Amino acid sequence: MDTSRSDRVHDVVVIGGGPAGLAAAGRAAALGADVAVVDAAVMPGGQYWRQPAGDVLAGSVTHLHHGLSTYRALTGQLAGIAAGGGYYPRHSVWTVGRDESGFVVRALTGTGAGEYEVEIRGRRLVLAPGAYDRQVPFPGWDLPGVMTAGGVQALLKGHAVTAGQRVVVAGTGPFLLPVAAGLAESGATVVGVLEAASPLAWARHAGAVLRNVGKLGEGAGYARALARHRVPVRTRTAVLEASGDGVLERVTTVRLDRHGRALPGTRTTVEADTLAVGWGFTPQLELPLALGCATRVDVDGSLVCVVDDEQRSSVADVFIAGEACGVGGADLAVTEGEIAGTVAAGAAVTDRRLLRRRAALRRFAVAMHAAHPVPSAWMERLTDATVLCRCEEVTVGRAREALLLGADDARSAKLLTRPGMGWCQGRVCGYATSCLMSAWSGRPASPASMAARPVAAPLRLGTLAAADDRAPG
Amino acid sequence: MTEPSFTFDGRPVPFVAGQSVGAALMAAGIRSWRTTRVEGRLRGLFCGIGMCFDCLLVLDGRPNERACLVPADTGMRVESQEGTGHGHLAV
Repeated sequence: MDTSRSDRVHDVVVIGGGPAGLAAAGRAAALGADVAVVDAAVMPGGQYWRQPAGDVLAGSVTHLHHGLSTYRALTGQLAGIAAGGGYYPRHSVWTVGRDESGFVVRALTGTGAGEYEVEIRGRRLVLAPGAYDRQVPFPGWDLPGVMTAGGVQALLKGHAVTAGQRVVVAGTGPFLLPVAAGLAESGATVVGVLEAASPLAWARHAGAVLRNVGKLGEGAGYARALARHRVPVRTRTAVLEASGDGVLERVTTVRLDRHGRALPGTRTTVEADTLAVGWGFTPQLELPLALGCATRVDVDGSLVCVVDDEQRSSVADVFIAGEACGVGGADLAVTEGEIAGTVAAGAAVTDRRLLRRRAALRRFAVAMHAAHPVPSAWMERLTDATVLCRCEEVTVGRAREALLLGADDARSAKLLTRPGMGWCQGRVCGYATSCLMSAWSGRPASPASMAARPVAAPLRLGTLAAADDRAPG
Repeated sequence: MTEPSFTFDGRPVPFVAGQSVGAALMAAGIRSWRTTRVEGRLRGLFCGIGMCFDCLLVLDGRPNERACLVPADTGMRVESQEGTGHGHLAV
């Protein structure tokens, strides 16, 4: 296991190649800064502009994308950074240390036995780690065929593969619509879109919506596509159970009252080979937390980073942009990235329109979160046998036993019964475990207790063994 | 020219350049390729973006590779994974 080092110290190292990271890198480079972009993916774009790695596939998915002109402009700027030797695709950052020159970003690249570590140095950091689908458990959610909505979308956008033939899309939030529309346009039968929220939920936020009419247009486009394919969209409806013999075969749904509770006598079972579920998004905070950046709980219940008006975190020379500052979508991420990149390059934000756009998009995000909450009644649909932690196969019943052993928060439950102790380190079950322990114990939810992960990407012991005394401290 | 392919548990699975191993398996109608350590339950793709580690498989003899992240390559030997994937080390 080798480590590749260079004496080059970049002015700005951007971690993450999605909308926020690309925008930050582009702005900083345009201002003359020596920029590096470190990204885990093969292709730039993050989850939002996920691109296939091969030429054959690339042409087949462009119709699924929005804002491609912005994407092309940003990747054009990235090409300049790459020409200067500053682009590191397929590099997973596992930790960030410091030395006398500033930050030392330590990333892994290569597969299997060919894996090695690369150190990238920089005076200032822009963290743009993005987010992944938020999940809550339900009976049968570990059957093959049940996938996250983002995973289904990634298969389609990144690999031109439809996840199944008969698909149910469920959960809450505007993201369900492009997922369903993309599947329908690609030949799958979308049995239904089940949105837990009320159709009137947005009406209370007319102001925020009207200031962002472009977003409404995008939503209307998906709605037209769904109508064209006769895809039923059912509001106040949720999945009660997924079932099948070793693989998903049926989805049982139920209507919800205005508190998100299942209405008696409204069960329906449909045949499906794929269920795509998402309940909003969870920001990926491993690196900000490891660096000591201050956090807060956002209106959607997610742990997010505290930043000032110029996207500065609480740690000197560390800027944060995009979903890690509050889930708000790609347009907001790009705007925050532009601001972060400008300031990280040592310039001032003179374009007031940028700040106004950020404010309007943040108001829209708050309205979105208010219109699409995760109704806490999902907990009533669990049984003792429902899997809570997929990695360690901890059931809801086992986690409840932790209460009897004296645990009163998610962290104690994790130590006693292991939810969140497996491969994914609680990324999938952290939110649910935190909610459940809070509901059972009567104490406030503690998302922070499930979010700290000292190693941001999995690494082999050989990598640690090869790391010398300059390890981060 | 023949389609590029890798083998999954001995049988050929075609892929298009740029697809992950997991995507190619799904396109071939293969929905699961791992059993869990405790209950022996079937698992396949869940998050699809490298977060959840449900899609682990054995790649050229190395267990615990994420199918959703590894780009498919001609001649790869892909195998389903049971439990920890270290069964071959049992004595």
